[in-house]
Amino acid sequence: MSRPITLQILRYNPQNAASRPRLQSYTLDKADGMTLFIALNEIREHQDATLQFDFVCRAGICGSCAMMVNGRPRLACRTLVNELPDTVVLAPLPFFELIGDLSVNTGKWMRGMSERLQTWLHAREELPDLRRIEEKMEPEEAEAVYEMDRCIECGCCVAACGTAQMRQDFVGAVGFGKIARFRLDPRDTRTDGDYYELIGDDSGVFGCMSLLACHDVCPKSLPLQTQIAFLRRKMVSQALQPAVAQTAN
Amino acid sequence: MKTLMTDVLVVGGGLAGLRAAIGAKRRGHRVLALSLVPPKRSHSAAAQGGMQASLANVIRGQGDCEDVHFEDTVRGSDWGADQIVARMFVNTAPKAVRELAAWGTPWSRVRRGDHNVVINGEKVTLTERTEAHGLIAQRDFGGTKKWRTCHVSDGTGHAMLFTVSDQVIKHEIEVLERTEALALIHDGERCYGAVVRDLISGEIFACMAKATLIATGGAGRLYRVTTNAVICEGMGHALALETGIAPLGNMEAVQFHPTGIFPAGILVTEGCRGDGGLLRDVDGHRFMPDYEPEKKELASRDVVSRRMEEHIRKGKGIPSRFGEHLWLDITLLGKHHIEHNLREVKEICETFLGIDPARHWIPVRPAQHYTMGGVRTNPTGQSPWLTGLFAAGEAACWDLHGFNRLGGNSVAETVVAGMIVGEFMADFCDDSANTVAQPIKLAEEFVQRESAALNTLLHHPGKENAFRLCTEMQEVMTRCVGIFRSHDDLQEGVSQLQRLLQKSRDIGISGKHSGSNPELVAAYRVRRMLKLAVTIAHGALQRTESRGAHFREDFPQRNDEAWLKRTLAFWPDDRDATLPRLEYEPLDVKRMELPPGWRGYGAKDYINHPDTPARQSEIERVRNRVQTEGGDRFALQEALMPYADHLPESLRGRNERLDEPLENNP
Repeated sequence: MSRPITLQILRYNPQNAASRPRLQSYTLDKADGMTLFIALNEIREHQDATLQFDFVCRAGICGSCAMMVNGRPRLACRTLVNELPDTVVLAPLPFFELIGDLSVNTGKWMRGMSERLQTWLHAREELPDLRRIEEKMEPEEAEAVYEMDRCIECGCCVAACGTAQMRQDFVGAVGFGKIARFRLDPRDTRTDGDYYELIGDDSGVFGCMSLLACHDVCPKSLPLQTQIAFLRRKMVSQALQPAVAQTAN
Repeated sequence: MKTLMTDVLVVGGGLAGLRAAIGAKRRGHRVLALSLVPPKRSHSAAAQGGMQASLANVIRGQGDCEDVHFEDTVRGSDWGADQIVARMFVNTAPKAVRELAAWGTPWSRVRRGDHNVVINGEKVTLTERTEAHGLIAQRDFGGTKKWRTCHVSDGTGHAMLFTVSDQVIKHEIEVLERTEALALIHDGERCYGAVVRDLISGEIFACMAKATLIATGGAGRLYRVTTNAVICEGMGHALALETGIAPLGNMEAVQFHPTGIFPAGILVTEGCRGDGGLLRDVDGHRFMPDYEPEKKELASRDVVSRRMEEHIRKGKGIPSRFGEHLWLDITLLGKHHIEHNLREVKEICETFLGIDPARHWIPVRPAQHYTMGGVRTNPTGQSPWLTGLFAAGEAACWDLHGFNRLGGNSVAETVVAGMIVGEFMADFCDDSANTVAQPIKLAEEFVQRESAALNTLLHHPGKENAFRLCTEMQEVMTRCVGIFRSHDDLQEGVSQLQRLLQKSRDIGISGKHSGSNPELVAAYRVRRMLKLAVTIAHGALQRTESRGAHFREDFPQRNDEAWLKRTLAFWPDDRDATLPRLEYEPLDVKRMELPPGWRGYGAKDYINHPDTPARQSEIERVRNRVQTEGGDRFALQEALMPYADHLPESLRGRNERLDEPLENNP
């Protein structure tokens, strides 16, 4: 009754000098509700204990398990095997440092991106009096910030990005999403001039070729297309402003 | 040998650890954090529904304050909580929410005017005050008298974790990602840091510190069906246990969440019921009011989970090829509400069940959710047995939750404990008495011991498979140490786990390389997990009463006379040991602000502690005296159980509310 599925997995351990990249096939029976999380763990438990991959929440909220599934970046834990063809190629995300097999070091890259783009709130007051009632915020503003705050830093957008294939220093849609998030936040004191300093060049928003695969593959369906286009318009108008106006802004 | 020196070593990159790290760093100390995964992937991110703090902004939260939050928490704990700690917590929680707001967390906000909600299955119109417009909103959660749960839609933990993690980056705190602490470095009295393994390169090194914090979260993966992430394997608990000196408290107190989706066990938030969702059975009947007329679906989690299992036992479950389940019905909340306030739930239902929760009922069954037990600490977060060892969050038994944690109190605990323990660790490092020379020699011995142990494990020609031992352990825990417990099942569980623990000494590993090697990791972890599992089962077997989440069918009453005490588990310093040594720490009714009584839901009969009546009349006397003297709620609280001295100075002080303006005095 059950149908088998064959997973062809790109195996490579960069730490082992003898290791060469190769596709290795594993076959197992599909089951109702089986995700790639369940399938890969079953392989590790019963067929090959050396297989490397990353999962944490297995519920689509932590972003650990992004990988290439038949050439498309997606979260493995949210991928049901019943929706896949009978043979599937799994490969690690490109662009990021490879740890081994399907495991890549997205965390290291994301921290670098955060440091570079200063992805934290630049508040007016460093240490507010915590006993006092909080500052008010419009409910719609909070919702709009949360919409962008839902990013899980899985790396799918960067893996799918045309520019990132060519420029290792590109900040990617994830980076633009962060800037858009803080730009929307009325509590952040930074101006467009400040953001221009961070992303107003070819490693930033002007490097984007508008291919927008990022938008298509985002597992959280963030409105990346709209936000990047909007950010670019704002940054272009920054670039065209005289220096005096920029500082006064 | 590589040795890193720091003032504060934080083991764990979730909310508790990161918030404590910021506190210590701001006080000028060097801080180094270890995390199994990039910190933003920590399990804190999975908290959905919200964080309790008595801000009293929404109309259904009016009248809420620290006192109500305190009583809800203590009742929820079935009187297992340390009431001093509960007081410290409820007074700091509003400050924690406000700090996060100031750091950028996009808390959902109050909108003035009318809005429609569902309460007890009925549509009701609530009118929010104009002056509350734009303040942080609260929703309803189980076991609470007021709407107190502050939230960011239903992605609260994610939003909080990203806020705090970004603050860590701002404060230039180094996080060693993909590293794991293997053992604490200690001399039997003082902790000096940890032996650490790089999970990518396999390198083993020492991190030496004045203060070491265990903030590694829970141990849900001891069970087969759990809402917990795969990294929640209790390794921080094991670090303390394996010292043989620092005990774990109340490990038998394990929470099962009523609404894990069936059969995967992925969580759908309590916010579903808080916002008006109902539980239904095979006949579509809403059964909770039959069992719990007072709180219905919103009794505490231990009570709701038990009632659900009881109802399934009566043949009212929905059969399926994976077993039986019940329904969670949120269709009555409407599409708009679900798309705005329960969007993670919607995504989870669509992805993992292929259903639209605005139109279909969600199959649910209780799943392991939270580890109330942990590294036993005093109110400053330090282990009284091992100086310099601290713990915070789910990994700690501080002890805020006693035998049952309230929904929304766990993410709240992470940041609150982080704030408090961070300050106390900074005090500890400031104290010149604690700047002892760090014994490099000792660290070397520990590193060598751990390296040798791993090497032996890697090359041991054993017969056992680590992954399969883990699966077997999970089956035993789920079968024998679950929601309903009894002597025979627990005895069987203990024996099985002892057998597995012995087998785990004969694990063989097929891939021999010492670098990134999932099989090796599984092997050394499963041995530790088995020690924790047997600690839980043994503690549960010995505790011949029912309290909170620990329910004994053969001893269904709470027994304050015999069991108003905390279990302390020590692992014996003996290679062949398969059982912990248990001691008990009594709770003193005479010092309680809220002596034991009925919780307001669940079982009404319990065996009283002999000191309870006397304490109750004493409290009555104090209450009358304070009232005659015209004292307010603060005066009464102070007269009953003073606690402010336990808080770090920077975190003392009252909390302002719309209805409780703060005088312009400190």
